[in-house]
Amino acid sequence: MDKNFATRRRRDLIIAAGLAGIAALAPLFVKDVYVQNILILTLMYAALSQSWNILSGYCGQISLGHALYFGIGAYTTELLFTKFGVLPWFGMLGGGVIAALIAMGLGYPFFRLRGHYFVIATIVIAEIGLLLFQNWEWAGAAMGITIPIRGDSWLKFQFLRTKLPYFYFALGLCCLAWFVTWWLEDSKWGFWWRAVKDNPEAAESLGVVVFNSKMGAAAVSAFLVAIGGAFYAQFLAYIDPESVMGFQFSLLMALPAVLGGIGTLWGPVLGAAILIPMTELTRSYIGGSGRGVDLIVYGTLIVLISLALPQGLVSLFSRSKAKGATR
Amino acid sequence: MGLLYGLIAVGLALIFGLMDVTNFAHGEFLMLAMYLSFFLFAFFAIDPLLSAPLVAAALFVFGAVIYLLIVRFAMRAKANAGMVQIFTTFGLAIVMRGLAQYFFTPDYRSIPQSWLGGKTISIGGIFLPEPQLVGALVSIAAFAGLYFFIHRTDFGRAIEATREDPGAVALVGIDKNRVFAFGWGLGAALVGLAGAIMAVFFYIYPDVGASFALIAYVTVALGGFGSVFGAFAGGIIVGLVEAVTALVLPPSLKSVGIYAVYLLVVFIRPRGLFGSM
Repeated sequence: MDKNFATRRRRDLIIAAGLAGIAALAPLFVKDVYVQNILILTLMYAALSQSWNILSGYCGQISLGHALYFGIGAYTTELLFTKFGVLPWFGMLGGGVIAALIAMGLGYPFFRLRGHYFVIATIVIAEIGLLLFQNWEWAGAAMGITIPIRGDSWLKFQFLRTKLPYFYFALGLCCLAWFVTWWLEDSKWGFWWRAVKDNPEAAESLGVVVFNSKMGAAAVSAFLVAIGGAFYAQFLAYIDPESVMGFQFSLLMALPAVLGGIGTLWGPVLGAAILIPMTELTRSYIGGSGRGVDLIVYGTLIVLISLALPQGLVSLFSRSKAKGATR
Repeated sequence: MGLLYGLIAVGLALIFGLMDVTNFAHGEFLMLAMYLSFFLFAFFAIDPLLSAPLVAAALFVFGAVIYLLIVRFAMRAKANAGMVQIFTTFGLAIVMRGLAQYFFTPDYRSIPQSWLGGKTISIGGIFLPEPQLVGALVSIAAFAGLYFFIHRTDFGRAIEATREDPGAVALVGIDKNRVFAFGWGLGAALVGLAGAIMAVFFYIYPDVGASFALIAYVTVALGGFGSVFGAFAGGIIVGLVEAVTALVLPPSLKSVGIYAVYLLVVFIRPRGLFGSM
């Protein structure tokens, strides 16, 4: 296994570098702003889903409350920027750190819970966050925050005339999340997480500190998601609680990983690459009627994919490879 | 109000709590029931109170069909069964919302005049709105019925046994799919009942289910999975907590109290109040 694992990891790294290279060149050919927009969102969701996958896929703690960390990232950045003039770059890191600390603080009581009780607790805590932000006057309450326009600059991470910087940042974030996952897969933590996911009691008896490894996964996951939130806020230049902390975000983060293959390195990227363009295209081509046809198509596809490929789209590749190996 | 949450939760208690199948489309079942009751009223002038059994029967068929067409396959998944269930039912919820928007349009609808609407009854000087009172009574009856059904009939025992060990159940000649299809039908019928009553005093629109669904999950989990009585107690607690929170905090924050109590309860008792799983 060791040798195969090592070659597989090297191959993964090469493929990832190749894909990132191709993606980096994409804007040379794609000039259409609408398509660029879709690409940015796809990369962002790939990054978010990859981060979600660390806690929920590898460590097996299904969280449907990651919108909380997303929102915290967005709000920390924008509150610091609009109220104190702190540059978004620092706000972004600050938001990540705060989110990671909150994730660990919450993990303390949460990780005692199992199964549905845990999932519902994560939904509920994000919902509490949403309601609190909706009623927090200083943070703009339900009206949200409009980010003041100060002209194009890397320093303030704000661009009006072009979307390219956002594209490259999203690409970078996606690569970062992928690389962190790749790196952790082979680390002590990665093995701990998989052990915790498969059988916490057995892992504990073999000396894995189950609680700490869950905490580690939660912190890394929340940090990366919060960075994504900060990016999203800068990208839209406007945030309100529902649009950065709503329950649908938690699901949208989980969905690419689940469709692509939960707990796999490539699942989130693959899932996002299919799901997000599909969402956007159905919305813009058949959603115009306002009668929900896009929802019908979108929902049907989700049902069909999750029924047909419970292990995600990634299993298509590994299945064909397994056949090749037996031949 | 607590008993109403209980009423929505009772169907979920059966599907989610007793059969251990996640149903993220529960709120959409409720929405469908409310629309059915609205259309029966609008086209045939049948009062929601009378049409409630019809709606429940329709939802029974709907729930059973959904199980046989979709959920059965989601449960068969060898890997990630939990996630597959979450996302197939979530996809189903999106489809149902889309269909509702398509056929019923996103307009808000309501049943303007019914036997119960807007009337109040005075008991010892306390004025109670009649629809809520009927809802509360139906809720108690539904819980009592379900409790009796699960604990006293062969079929109820079959449901629990099937969840525990589908393989062993097959050995004694119980068809797992028939049992669960019936369970889903029954769960859907109960939420149908809830929808028919709630149609009297709530606006009806395609997204209406979403606002109740989360509370219903919390109610079931608060009471503890695997316990009918727990869901009933959960419903009452949720209603009381909501009323108390509304007195202390601004109304927009009333759900925070419910969520906080849920967290508090599971931190102290990780299996809910009366849970056995």
